[in-house]
Order: sequence, then C-alpha cells, then structure tokens
Amino acid sequence: MSNFEYAPAPESTAIVDIKSEYGLFINGKFVAPKSGKRFTTINPATEEVLAKVAYADLADVNLAVTAARSAFTKVWSKMPAAERGKYLFRIARILQERAREFAVLESLDNGKPIRESRDTDIPLAAAHFFYHAGWADKLEHAGMGNNPKPYGVAGQIIPWNFPMLMLAWKVAPALATGNTVVLKPAETTPLTALLFAEVCQQAGLPAGVVNIVTGDGVTGSHIVNHPGIDKIAFTGSTGVGKAIAKAVAGTKKSVTLELGGKAANIVYEDAPIDEAVEGIINGIFFNQGHVCCAGSRLLVQENFADELLEKLKRRMSLIRVGNPLDKNTDLGAINSASQLARIREISDSGDLEGAERWSPACNLPQKGFWYPPTIFTGVSQSHRIAREEIFGPVLSVLTFRTPQEAIEKANNTPYGLSAGVWTDKGSKILWTAQRLRAGVIWANTFNKFDPTSPFGGYKESGWGREGGRHGLAGYLKAGK
Amino acid sequence: MIDLKAIEGITNGSEDSLKQYLRALPPVDQVGVEARTAVLATRSIKNASKNWAIDLAIRMVDLTTLEGGDTPGKIKTLAAKAVRPDATDPTVPSVGAICVYNDMVKIARSQLDALGGQHVPVAAVSTAFPSGRASIEVKITDTKDAIAAGAAEIDMVIDRGAFLSGQIGKVYEEIKIIRDVCGDKAHLKVILETGELVTLDNVRKASYLAMLAGADFIKTSTGKISPAATSPVVFVMLEAVRDFYMISGQRIGVKPAGGIRTTKDAIKQLVLVNEVAGPKWLDPSLFRIGASALLNDFLMQRMKMRDGYYSSPNYVTLD
Repeated sequence: MSNFEYAPAPESTAIVDIKSEYGLFINGKFVAPKSGKRFTTINPATEEVLAKVAYADLADVNLAVTAARSAFTKVWSKMPAAERGKYLFRIARILQERAREFAVLESLDNGKPIRESRDTDIPLAAAHFFYHAGWADKLEHAGMGNNPKPYGVAGQIIPWNFPMLMLAWKVAPALATGNTVVLKPAETTPLTALLFAEVCQQAGLPAGVVNIVTGDGVTGSHIVNHPGIDKIAFTGSTGVGKAIAKAVAGTKKSVTLELGGKAANIVYEDAPIDEAVEGIINGIFFNQGHVCCAGSRLLVQENFADELLEKLKRRMSLIRVGNPLDKNTDLGAINSASQLARIREISDSGDLEGAERWSPACNLPQKGFWYPPTIFTGVSQSHRIAREEIFGPVLSVLTFRTPQEAIEKANNTPYGLSAGVWTDKGSKILWTAQRLRAGVIWANTFNKFDPTSPFGGYKESGWGREGGRHGLAGYLKAGK
Repeated sequence: MIDLKAIEGITNGSEDSLKQYLRALPPVDQVGVEARTAVLATRSIKNASKNWAIDLAIRMVDLTTLEGGDTPGKIKTLAAKAVRPDATDPTVPSVGAICVYNDMVKIARSQLDALGGQHVPVAAVSTAFPSGRASIEVKITDTKDAIAAGAAEIDMVIDRGAFLSGQIGKVYEEIKIIRDVCGDKAHLKVILETGELVTLDNVRKASYLAMLAGADFIKTSTGKISPAATSPVVFVMLEAVRDFYMISGQRIGVKPAGGIRTTKDAIKQLVLVNEVAGPKWLDPSLFRIGASALLNDFLMQRMKMRDGYYSSPNYVTLD
C-alpha cells in the first residue's frame, strides 16, 4: 500500500428493523389507508426498495384531522403545561437512546452520509425536543403576552433534505405550545417519521396528538386546504410556498413558511483562508448541497480569488464520495432521480452560459443517484446558476472588488435565507452583517444550527421563524 | 538541507522583513480548526489500513527518554527496544530514532550499534532544552557536543521569551546558527513549544520562522509543558509545511511530541497528515512522533490485529 487507503467502514444496518409495509399513523395507531394505495420508498444510493408506504388521500387526511382535533379539545389543551413538557422530555430521551437507529435509517432513506445523520441531524432533533420541552410551562415568558393560546390543529409539511430534523423543528414547538399535529413527511423520505410515530407510542403520548400521513404533493394540498386545520407550517420550495400562501389567503389559517435560498458566502481578503475554505466546503457540500441555507454563491474578493480557489480545489479533491453508510464518506447520494435531473439541468445551463466547470476526479458508484462536487468559476450575476436554487453540490463562484459591491451582489436575489461572512476583522463582520438582507448570518463559520437560535428568511425565503423564542410565535396566539 | 535560495525574495533575514512576512501570513481561526480536526477525528481506520498505519507509525516513533534520572542502564534498554520493539516478533520494524539528552548520546549510539541498530539514528535535545534559557554560546557548545558524540538529529528549542516579546530576529538567528552547527552532519528539528506560544496564529508564525531559518523538521513540544501535541496545533503545522512546500519546493517534516499515548491517537495524527499535508508526508523522513509509552500500545494493537484478541500488558516489555 503506497498511501493511506481507508478501508471501508460501513455502519451496520442490523440495528434498523424496516417493515415491508407501513400504514398511516392516525389517532395513536398505524392504520391501513382508506385510499388503498401504497407507494415505495427507495435507498437513493442503491435504488433498492426499502418499504411500501401508505398513500393518504382526502379521506385519510380527514381522519387524521379529526383525531388531532379531538385530541386537542379533549386532552392536550386541558393538560397542565408541565405535563405536556414531560412528554417532550420523554420523546427527547427516547430519540437519544435510539439515535443510532434513527441515524442509520435516515442515511438509508435519504442518502446522506452517516457521519452527518449521526453527528448532526439526530442529535439536533433531540436537542429541539429538549429545548422546547423546557418552554412548555414557561410560555407566559415568551413575550407573547399573558396566557398565550395555541392555534389548535397544526398541519405540517416537511421536506426530504433533513427529514427527522425538520420533523423536530415542526413537531417540538407545536406540542410544547399545546397544538396537536397532522404531519406529512416528504414522499421520498417517510421512514424516520414513521419510526418517530413508534417513539410517540413508546413515550405514551396521548392518541391523536401527533398524526403522520404519508403521501405526495396532493396529500399535502389536502392538508393545506383542510377547513379543520388552524395553522400551516411548511418547509420546502419557494414555488410550493407561494401556492400555499395563495391557498390559505382569505382563510383563518396562520402560516409559517421556510422556503428556498441562494446564500452568498462572502470571503474577504483578510479572512482566515484555510478555515474559509473549510467553511465554503461545509457551506455547499454539507448534505450534498440539499440545504435551503446552503452557501451556494461564493463571493470572493477578486484580489485573492486565485489563491483561494487553488486551496478550494485542493480541498475538494479530498472529498470522499460514496456509500452513505461508510463512516468515512463526506458526500452521499442525491436524494432522488428527479432531483438529480434538476441539478443536471441547471448545472448544464452554467456550461451553456459560459461559466467554467470544475470537479475533482471521483469514481461515482454505478447504481443510485450521484453528482460530483462541482464548482463553476467565471460566473456572473445574470447566469441561472447564480440566481436559481440548485439544491445540489454545485457552487457558483463570483468575485467582488469592494465591500459595497459584495453587499450589492449578495442582496441582489429574490431570496434571503442565510449568508456567510469571512474576515478576521470584527468590525467588518458587523458592518457586513448589518447590510445583508438574510435571516441567518454566519461569521467565520457556516451551516451551524441550534434550537435556541431562530431560523427563517427574508423576501421569498419565507415567513416567520423557527427555533428560539421567536419560533414559538408561529404556534401561539398572543394573549392579553 | 533547505536551499534557502529557493525562497529568496520572501525575506532578507532582517528582523523587519521577517516581521513583515509573518504579519502577512493569513490568520488562523481557532474555532474553524477545532471543528475540522473534530471531523477528521471521526475517520474510521480498519483492517489492512490499520495494520499498515501501525507499522508506519512504529517506524515514525522517536523513542524518547528525557529524565533527570536517566542512567546508562536505562538508555541501553531503550536502545534494545528501539531496534527490536517486540522481541517475539521480528516483523516489527525498528523505530525512527531514539531521543535522549546530550550526555547520553554516546552510550545510546554504541548500544544501538552493538545490537545491529546502525540504521536507528540518535536524536539529542539541545540548546538548553527544555527552556532554552542560555546564551547562544552555551547553545552552540551543547549542539556541538551532541553531534561529536554521534547524534544525527538535533532537537533544538526556540527562545519562546524572545518570540513572545517580539524579538523575531533573535529567534531566527539562533535557529540559523544551530542550523550551521548541524551542517550536513545532523538533521535539525526545531521545537516550538506550542503550549507556551498558546495561540494558533503564533504556531503558524513560529512554524514559518523555523522553516525560513532552515529547520528540517518543526516539532510541537518538549513534552515538559502541557498542552503539547494537540490536534489543532499539529493541524496548523501541517498546513504550514504544505504551504511552505508550495512556495519553496522544500518538504519540511513535522514532529508532534507529548500527549500521544494510544494507537488511536497516533492514527488520528496520521489521518491529519494524510488529509492536510498529503500522503508524501506519510514517511518517517517527514513525520515523526515523539513518544515513549505509545510504542507498547502499538505492539499490543499489533498483537490484537494478529491474534484477534487483546493480550495482557504483561506480554509487552517495560523498558
């Protein structure tokens, strides 16, 4: 052996018991769908079928909403807040106890590296339950007036990029504030949500407080349009977000939306260059770039762009692409064939519009959905790859000359979810952050999340915030 | 020896030009370095890779004893261990070097030679190790003594007081002088004592200073100060040698010393080498690990890989 070839170190899947068929989780029980329809979910790294999942149509959604309403009026809204908190603590502890099981299942169903599901997704999901458990009996102090009230039944629709974490972002605050839930996981990644349903049973959560209906966009629209739902919380694309906003306009429903992004990651010449390179890598290649707040537009000061790009390319060539269950894998599989097609289509427009593509040499597996880590240089503001959300491991590199120009370019987008600033100067960080129109701004780091920190977008990146005290506002009606 | 001509133009060696050069180095963000090293620490090394890594790491060990209580007897057993770390298994390679105080070099050399260990060099700590608090004349004599006694590697300490008070020129000159004393007779390892430099910015600056002055190796610590060879420190030093190679075409070695006690720790260091400096540095000529107890842990891991179970520590020799 001439160099350090890491032998494959696959995480065992023995810990996970995937059933061949799953029902809908309604009123505390798994039930067969009224629709009689099922669909399959596959492992995107191998294209193997993992399980058959129930398809919920309107009749099923009706049942779920009825169960949630009944649980809200009869049980959950009457329960002392401290008791509600106990259930959340219990769920959080079970998530920690079963963390490895969740991590393996998440990587199987989603394609993300086990290192990320194990070290980021699942620990953060548990942290969200712990954090919100603490809030349950302290809502008087949430800045929402005396005795703020829950909306009632929350309809929640979550994406496939962080299936379990997005579930936690939605379910934990809803339950802590006294709402009950009808949740629809994404079509391609329903399995950890269904495992979470088992956790609800294990925790003894009263029946109907959490209901999980699997399906596609049509199922989602049944939830959005359902008259029995008081509150819609959605994370996903801006296109769907706009449709939801239209659908609920004129109804009594309250809405929070976490939508797309095209974050600028601004690197000044006085940045800690090696750590900036790490931050760029983490910003765009974390979770295959399937991150709404991904740092997908690198804005680098022109006078040191060459130096930075040389280091970036060198570092990119170290990215280990492959089996998501291998503990040494850095970049896993693209979640679905349709997402891969979308990444290809927008990236190819970069070639056509004259940007220069670069990827390190890497052997992509034959089966499954894969895309190499890619950067485009010579990108201008007008290119599609600089404007549209690619939602894949593709970075567009633009340059700027002055801080003012960096701000102008960074803000010149319909989105405004996140941004990054890299400089060793504290005053410059503050100057830049004050001028960036984005909900989350990271300084000398990227893609860091914490349940105590509110997350959300400006402009077309969304309405409302999730996490922190601000996130509670999405699930509470202000008291007197 | 480094061809300083290759890096001419960067600095003319004056204190002002050195200060300017070091000030222009990119800053280090401690939080970022810690995050990256934490990720690299999760690399899982198994089976064939682990076997390979353990044998490589044994060849990289600078087997060290630096005690006031060192005696000829102690040095002799150390030499025997260095040549044949595991008496029951001839496939275990010899270590990279043995590292002793100045006055023990002669005994170490003759004992190694007597045991068929001509290929194992003796490294001597020098320049008023560990504090470096002595005049340059004393440091020169110290180094000359060690080389005359048969040391092929000199582990010198920098004057941390001078570095911290901004006398960059003094630190540089001392390294250059010792470099000249070593000539082509001895390899020069420059100990930065990063536990006293504290910040990673200082580690980066001191690394460049030592490399510009002609170090063959940059070494983290004396082993007398804690913390010693932490992953972030080694990470920054590996970045420094990688980037210095880009400027100068010269490959400088790195030697973490102190605090690396287990095979797992050592393999984590090799992962850092592999992913930061690159595979070229995975060689005893460019990476050494200063250690004593570590060697026995390698031997126990090696037995485990061979036999499939952990043996009692009684099956490895305490030397």
